[in-house]
Amino acid sequence: MARTAVPGRLTWRVATLTKVADETPTARTLTFDVPGWPGHLPGQHVDVRLTAEDGYSTQRSYSIAEPADGEHVVLTIQEVADGEVSPYLTRALPVGGQVELRGPVGGWFVWRDAEPAPVLLVAGGSGIVPLAAMLRARAAAGSRVPLRLLYSVRSPAERFYADELRGAATGGVDITYFYTREAPPDDPRGAKRIGLADLNTHAWPADFEPSCFVCGPTGFVETVADTLIALGHDPRRVRTERFGPSG
Amino acid sequence: MAIVTPGFFGKRRGAADRLPPGQYLADDFPVLTAGPTPVVHTEDWEFTLTNEVGERHTWNWRELQALPAETPTVDIHCVTKWSKLDTAWRGVSLDELFADVDTAADYAMVHSYGGYTTNLPLEDLLDGQAWIAYEYDGEELLAQHGGPARLLVPHLYFWKSAKWVRDIELMVTDEPGFWESLGYHDYGDPWLEQRYQGD
Repeated sequence: MARTAVPGRLTWRVATLTKVADETPTARTLTFDVPGWPGHLPGQHVDVRLTAEDGYSTQRSYSIAEPADGEHVVLTIQEVADGEVSPYLTRALPVGGQVELRGPVGGWFVWRDAEPAPVLLVAGGSGIVPLAAMLRARAAAGSRVPLRLLYSVRSPAERFYADELRGAATGGVDITYFYTREAPPDDPRGAKRIGLADLNTHAWPADFEPSCFVCGPTGFVETVADTLIALGHDPRRVRTERFGPSG
Repeated sequence: MAIVTPGFFGKRRGAADRLPPGQYLADDFPVLTAGPTPVVHTEDWEFTLTNEVGERHTWNWRELQALPAETPTVDIHCVTKWSKLDTAWRGVSLDELFADVDTAADYAMVHSYGGYTTNLPLEDLLDGQAWIAYEYDGEELLAQHGGPARLLVPHLYFWKSAKWVRDIELMVTDEPGFWESLGYHDYGDPWLEQRYQGD
């Protein structure tokens, strides 16, 4: 049985918002300063706790968007219409504002830069966030492992990190977009959901034994993971993270 | 010691006395799974209980269906924060399956088709607290929710309710399962908010 080191207790820490950047009209990247942050691996997430003045509190989990960098924790949060927490974080929380945060959480959906296998990242919508952390970690580590990112998104306007990803697609990194609702006019594929032909053409062949990471809404992840297995990928090499609406 | 976040009011949705700390009400049924959904056909399905000296009790799908069924309606709590109230299941109580199992073990390791594991004390599987469930909300259990059959242990966080359950192995000493080896709590009582190791 696989065993890993027992991490210490995950304590709640005060996180101060130091920087915000809009990714799309409904998604925002938040950089927090978290004194005592122990660091994290790309793919891990944090729990965020908000407490109202009358003591009511609630928690949500959000993926970390960037590799470990001292006491900074960077989250990209998609606003869920009528949600409880995400509209506050994407619209209301000001720079200098504080929330509580604990983590890092999750030791399975992680990529380690010492792994020699080629990497396949398949993102659906805001599922790009933990995969972007892996892509960025590869660059930060100077890793040469071949990496392909397949990014399914509704329209060009809804892409996260668009400028950065344009620059990242060099030196062993391939990035392909799959538009589901509205494609640019010069995209011969048009707009449709990702399918067998897309993965057969753009994913690594199963013979290459890539480490596969699939993140997105439940239906997307089910489809992509099932298709990868149909294409011959070993289920043990396909790691998934599914999310439903999480307001 | 919680800090107050100015301008945050929250959306209280009632039923607060039925929500463990840190949980919120979900209307849908989110899915948390570490990998692909395994395909398990009922004609190939088997469920085995193995005691600490290796004696095996095995049921095939037809034999499971022939056992007396119960229809628990329970609240479920996922460690990813969602809770769902009054979920309706149909399945066989583990008391029924353990009736002829001779054991002095205190712990159980649950194994799933696809390789997932989770550990829990044997006493948490007995006395009307756990089922092998094969229907949800009056329909056969969908594969993405653990069909054809999953463990249902609603008083613990839902990762203990292993999907695609294949066997339960009794153990004299406790061993960590999949998530328990990856930083999650060994026991996972939602009312004590035992999400992660050390909680």
